Amino acid sequence: MNYHWDWLFFFQEADDGLKYYEWIISGMGWTVAVSLGALAVALLLGSVLGVMRTTPSRLLVAIGDTYVDVFRNVPLIVQLFMWFFVIPEFLPEKLGLWVKQELPYLVTAIIGLGLYTAARIAEQVKSGINALARGQRFAGLALGFTEWQTYRYVRLPMAYRIVLPAITSEAMNIFKNSAVTYAVGILELYFQYKQIIEKTSQVLEITIVVTAIYFGLAFAMNRVLAFIEKRSAVPGLITGGKGGH
Amino acid sequence: MIEIKNVSKWYGSFQVLTDCTTHVNKGEVVVVCGPSGSGKSTLIKCVNGLEPFQQGSIVVDGTAVEAPKTNLPKLRSRVGMVFQHFELFPHMTITDNLAIAQIKVLGRKRDEAIDKGMKLLDRVGLKAHAHKFPGQLSGGQQQRVAIARALAMDPICMLFDEPTSALDPEMINEVLDVMVELAREGMTMMCVTHEMGFARKVAHRVIFMDRGAIVEDASKDDFFGQPRSERAQTFLAKILQH
Ligand SMILES: Nc1ncnc2c1ncn2[C@@H]1O[C@H](COP(=O)(O)OP(=O)(O)OP(=O)(O)O)[C@@H](O)[C@H]1O
Ligand SMILES: [Mg+2]
Repeated sequence: MNYHWDWLFFFQEADDGLKYYEWIISGMGWTVAVSLGALAVALLLGSVLGVMRTTPSRLLVAIGDTYVDVFRNVPLIVQLFMWFFVIPEFLPEKLGLWVKQELPYLVTAIIGLGLYTAARIAEQVKSGINALARGQRFAGLALGFTEWQTYRYVRLPMAYRIVLPAITSEAMNIFKNSAVTYAVGILELYFQYKQIIEKTSQVLEITIVVTAIYFGLAFAMNRVLAFIEKRSAVPGLITGGKGGH
Repeated sequence: MIEIKNVSKWYGSFQVLTDCTTHVNKGEVVVVCGPSGSGKSTLIKCVNGLEPFQQGSIVVDGTAVEAPKTNLPKLRSRVGMVFQHFELFPHMTITDNLAIAQIKVLGRKRDEAIDKGMKLLDRVGLKAHAHKFPGQLSGGQQQRVAIARALAMDPICMLFDEPTSALDPEMINEVLDVMVELAREGMTMMCVTHEMGFARKVAHRVIFMDRGAIVEDASKDDFFGQPRSERAQTFLAKILQH
């Protein structure tokens, strides 16, 4: 193999006066910002939608189901294009213009990735709530809780514990999925990766480094959530759901 | 205290309850028995509005359960209920299980709620377990906590849905003892149970249900003396064998 290894190129200066390793760090920063922002949106909205889909209200269930069907089945990149290029055209003129020109790309990207991931979180939250015996809801109601209070104090705390492993994998995925936002102009890690390949053709070094970074981010997320999982473990409890009625 | 009048209920086209009429007076202990699937759980869940019903009326302490304007959470907070599978909240300590509804529903201060919980826990003989989680207790212990949790709300009456049928035989008595004591103190109780020993000891009346209908509603002595319906006789003969 005639490949010319050169690990030091990272310290060379690029056209814009920054060094290549600084491009990578900046790209990583955007990746983390988009991902964590989107994760926050997804957890919040996903929880609301997941809960809606378990309520006795047919309307709420229908809204939640439709949302999940739509946002899970349209490719992420198409959804991003929707938020960036299509939706603004349908807004009132002033608002559309503001979205296109003033609203930071980062915010639009966070919304796009967040709403996509929310559909997946909603699915998990719903399955977690349904994994609990119906009796837990009855027990809460019988003590005088409102329907909402049964979620707040009884059903959600257990549901989250049950689905934490699944949410962990969604949260690790979000770094990977955030790479798609390069297509709408976010200067994140994947964008910088492509740039550097074009400029330097040191494909192997940069690929190794970027792979390591994506892996490291996902791994860090995994450790954080594993810690939460450990902290929230319920003593004496082996499985979440019990049988019965 | 509890007035059940001509209650019928359907799941789709399947009729679970057929024209059920009965009552539980203040201070009375009424035992409900009958074969599996006869609608006992459904009927008792109608009493505090956990299950809706399409026809008839249920009045608890002057409040009509089925009336749209009824504040069901408020009514339920005054009616204690104990379930077959205990249904303690697994992610909370025993202390919190006893306190949470007092705080969130009745608006009691945390200290006050914990105090009250402790007294009741002591009463069911489990004070030493206050810091534990439900999963660390035996079934019998969990059910005693569940009874204490219901009592902590100062209920005007108590509903029991087969409180001992999920327990290992050696744990049944510790739960029944608590229930007997409660009955002797004059608590109004409606108990779905097949524990005929319990019925003999404290029940005032026994109701026998079959296929969604109340087939027999008799004083304890009449019921055990000579149940009128043949089905109740066969049922009694069967469970008394065990
Ligand atoms: N959610 C439901 N949907 C449809 N049918 C139901 C539902 N819940 C109960 N049933 C049916 O209603 C009937 C009465 O049920 P219920 O649980 O009240 O009986 P039960 O007398 O308490 O029986 P068990 O002794 O087994 O607890 C049963 O035939 C049951 O299959
Ligand atoms: Mg039952």
